[in-house]
Amino acid sequence: MAIGTSRKERIDSLAESSATETGVSLAASAWRRLRRNPVFLVGASIIGLFVLLALIAPLIAPHDPGVRMLADQVSRATNSIPPAQEGHPFGGDQHGRDLFSRVLLGSQQTLLVAVLATVIGLGGGLTLGTLAGAFGGWVDSLVMRIVDVMLSVPSLLLAVSIGALFSAQTQFTVILAVAIVQIPVFARLLRGTMLAQRESDHVLAARSLGVRQRSIVFRHMLPNALGPVIVQSTLVLAVAIIDAAALSFLGLGAADDSVPEWGQMLGNAQNVIDSHPHLAFWPAACIIVVALGFTLVGESLRDALDPKRRR
Amino acid sequence: MLRYTVRRLGQLMLVVLALSVLLFAWLRALPGGPVSALLGDRATPESEAALRADLGLDQPIVLQYWRFVARALSGDFGTSTGVQRGTPALDVFLQRFPATLELAVLAILIAIAVGIPLGYLAARRRGRILDNLSITWSLVGIAVPVFFLAFLLKWIFAVQLGWLPASGRQTGGIDATRVTGFYVLDGILTQEWDAALDAFVHLLLPAIALSTIPFAVIFRITRAAVLDVLDEDYVRTARSKGLAGAVIRRRHVLRNAMLPVVTTIGLQTGALLSGAVLTERVFNIPGLGQALALGFERKDFPVLQVVILASAMTYVLVNLLVDLSYAAIDPRIRTR
Repeated sequence: MAIGTSRKERIDSLAESSATETGVSLAASAWRRLRRNPVFLVGASIIGLFVLLALIAPLIAPHDPGVRMLADQVSRATNSIPPAQEGHPFGGDQHGRDLFSRVLLGSQQTLLVAVLATVIGLGGGLTLGTLAGAFGGWVDSLVMRIVDVMLSVPSLLLAVSIGALFSAQTQFTVILAVAIVQIPVFARLLRGTMLAQRESDHVLAARSLGVRQRSIVFRHMLPNALGPVIVQSTLVLAVAIIDAAALSFLGLGAADDSVPEWGQMLGNAQNVIDSHPHLAFWPAACIIVVALGFTLVGESLRDALDPKRRR
Repeated sequence: MLRYTVRRLGQLMLVVLALSVLLFAWLRALPGGPVSALLGDRATPESEAALRADLGLDQPIVLQYWRFVARALSGDFGTSTGVQRGTPALDVFLQRFPATLELAVLAILIAIAVGIPLGYLAARRRGRILDNLSITWSLVGIAVPVFFLAFLLKWIFAVQLGWLPASGRQTGGIDATRVTGFYVLDGILTQEWDAALDAFVHLLLPAIALSTIPFAVIFRITRAAVLDVLDEDYVRTARSKGLAGAVIRRRHVLRNAMLPVVTTIGLQTGALLSGAVLTERVFNIPGLGQALALGFERKDFPVLQVVILASAMTYVLVNLLVDLSYAAIDPRIRTR
């Protein structure tokens, strides 16, 4: 028995090294190409800048974003909203709160929405996709039929349906609605790459050497199937921010807006957009730039991880 | 080919059936429900119970579903309780469907008409200024929230410049005969050119806003596909045997590069339906998107059921058509 176990382990480590030690690894060569790619550098700088902003926002924001300090300048009757003035470079919002501070601090919630939604979507998709791709057969059929049904509903409709399920909308229900929409996308993507892996020579080799099913799935198939998933998650970070804004626009955003989030600010600005476009402009500009940053990083990652472009 | 089509249609039916079950249960799990949405503050326990019985919502859910399917098979999808109270849900759908379809078709036409030629040109002039500019444009297009772009277009071209109408499908009070419900088509059919033009002008801004994401995707797929094909040996062969540039481009490059592009166009149907919900709201177009938003607000189950099922069917059906059209473009697939 002892001999058997050690042999199995030796085979495992052998098969593993055959899979990983093939000259330069994909990750290393991808990184080498990324470092030289201006698209990646621009995208990464944008994201880096906004992450930094989110970290120091509480320190540099001049006012509390939840306090209605300019409320006396707000009037429903005359449709007036505090203009830019000393101490308030962007003026106030519909409730008389300092717009500049809200835009600054909005970076925190917005990035949080993006990251949490992506992580939840990715987690769900990874689980389903791995199940389907690794086992095939009826598990695959069942998972893929569920995924197909979810994918047959246009994404925003699905998000709206999920968002409407909660009796009170909070930031978390928004995140959940945006995340669940992404689960079938990740699942399908991962299943596809896993299936391709299953048929590949290195998995066949591992299987014929007698490597356990579990370690074939987790050590041989999954790591090699992750490339497209990583690219997709970067792109989903952008989609999540935009979808959250769309939900707010449709009235399914978080009801409590004392903690600012750009999508919510943009959605809530729709009624005053004709008379006070700047209320929509600042959060929209931030959303566009951050979404662009994530998209640029995702696109350059896709190029870098594509073996066809390995030159 | 026939067997494949029949099998795919069978799968389509299964997906729709599964979706109808999920949707049915899902809607009834929504907080509130049509009874409180209809009665509002005036509700008394008696009136609530009476209305619930009237709508058939007091029955067990399995029985409700069974009755829904039985009636749906004969074309009766129930009566709207909130969007257009008293109107059959199917009629609500049929009245609004043309508005959304008109908008979506114009949007995808714009996306194709700009995306494919630009993608092709960008690939042929890779790394030059046109390539870089159009890539930047497509990336920004993806990053802009559709409804913000819609507001922006409306603000610039309708509010500030006054060039194009800001809302609706046609100028109110215009003398137009309705035939199909597609206003532009109606105007052409009845030769009321001013009505057709008016409807078309109303469509322009929302369609441009809606086309940005499909455009960006179609452009980038076209560019990538053309780049791949230009690298192929058979293109070099064609060139070396002295074929005219136009022949190579049309028969060797474009035809082979179109395959992934056609798939992408099919996949954009979903994005179009999603985007339509947002643009219709900004431009106040009485389409499916508005019916959906209102339907959720007022918990109008019959309308939501028809609209969501029909959207899903459209989406799946378009993708089936796309798969079938492969065979027309790519003879290799026909033999399989």
